[in-house]
Amino acid sequence: MKKTPLYDAHLKLHARMVSFHDYLMPIQYDTITNEHHCVRKKAGLFDISHMGRFEVSGNMALPFIQYIITNDAAKLADKQVQYTPICNEQGGILDDILVYKWHQKHFTLVGNCSNREKDLAWLQKQAAAYQPIEIRDLTDGTSLIALQGPLSLDILEDTFKGKFGHLKRFSFDDFLWDGIRITISRTGYTGEEGFEIFADTTSVTKLWDLLLDNNKQDGLAPVGLGARDTLRLEAGLLLYGNEMNETITPLETTIGWTVKFGKDSFIGKESLLRQKAQGVDRKLAGFEMIDRGIPRQGYPVLQENEIIGNVTSGSFSPTMNANIGLGLIKSQYAHPGERLQIQIRGNNYNARVVKTPFYQREIRQ
Amino acid sequence: MNIPDELLYTKTHEWVKKINPKEVVVGITDPAQQQLKDIVFVELPSIGKDLRAGVACAVVESVKAAYDIFAPLSGTVMKVNQKIQEKPELVNNDPYGEGWFLHIEISNPNELNNLLNPAQYRIIGESMH
Repeated sequence: MKKTPLYDAHLKLHARMVSFHDYLMPIQYDTITNEHHCVRKKAGLFDISHMGRFEVSGNMALPFIQYIITNDAAKLADKQVQYTPICNEQGGILDDILVYKWHQKHFTLVGNCSNREKDLAWLQKQAAAYQPIEIRDLTDGTSLIALQGPLSLDILEDTFKGKFGHLKRFSFDDFLWDGIRITISRTGYTGEEGFEIFADTTSVTKLWDLLLDNNKQDGLAPVGLGARDTLRLEAGLLLYGNEMNETITPLETTIGWTVKFGKDSFIGKESLLRQKAQGVDRKLAGFEMIDRGIPRQGYPVLQENEIIGNVTSGSFSPTMNANIGLGLIKSQYAHPGERLQIQIRGNNYNARVVKTPFYQREIRQ
Repeated sequence: MNIPDELLYTKTHEWVKKINPKEVVVGITDPAQQQLKDIVFVELPSIGKDLRAGVACAVVESVKAAYDIFAPLSGTVMKVNQKIQEKPELVNNDPYGEGWFLHIEISNPNELNNLLNPAQYRIIGESMH
């Protein structure tokens, strides 16, 4: 079982540790509900060092990236970030990643922990046609933490005694902290204002402790994977393994916007074009329970006693105090207002399709 | 960890309180609610339902997942606690009091011998932490 560089820090905070794709990770320190509210109202600090990180560099870096992703990295200025799926030839999603562009010949990719080996093998295989190119797995040599919540900008500026307001959403930059290089990007997976911070493995504990110790009284708390999941679900953000896998295409989910048919050839383009022309048979939709009951991954979705799909994620929503879920269902039913039934332990309970995101933060002026 | 002396227990973390020779109250233990943390949903059986010892009869859900609650004894459901359906947090706050689950009219009093005493259950409860 692997540990992140913050393992001891989690134990010190009495985290409940669980095995998560080969890593021992904190699922919660307090209750999931408390941690969830803390991120929505104040700020939370997450260890996400388990996520896969790859460096792609070389003269052919940009064309290579353009070929493996469905989104358009040519639109990125230096030090901007883009969300994109990586698809196979059939258009099925191999992983969903963030592409960080340092410059034309240097990128960092951040993907799911569960797909790390698969991603690396895929990148190396596809790179054969784009030599010279260098692909390095940076995961073990670096660490990654996320600071999320309405207070995160204040906390960052207060802790590092600098200004970060100029860092726009989906952009990043290098900063010197105590003589150590850290990379801060304005990104996240919670639906809140927030930042993600890359640091080397030897400094990250000091950074983690500094952030927590300095800002505890303002409400910053450590947050585990449990609340990370409920936060991302409320924000309508997809999770690999739930809403996405190699048999599901981006067009069948809510991230069809990440497929840019206008750019040159990319893996999966022909299949996705065909699917776009024919229309999708199934579509990811958000729903809210009308009857009492919590939807969970795998539960059947019905209409008029006919199974029309499955729940991909479901939970009690602490912010809305309601039970919500995402389901991959027959397209004709994937419209807000449509009535569905969710089968929970053999009984059918009413739900209605709603727009996603379920939760959207108010943008501060 | 709160494990009252006057109750009986199961390996699956239910508690049983005898009210009279034919009727018991059932709930989940303090170590169990601590393990589940924030309970956000409870599903209870209907009144009159026949229960068999060791078979799932109710469900509690934390934010993260659903867990079965097993009937400690065979019998018939006499009463269920509607209040925990409206306020599931009562199970966290008062697992042996307001957080009770159901009353069973027991059909086989011999099954009481299969239950654990507080000392036996304490060993199981402690091993969860």
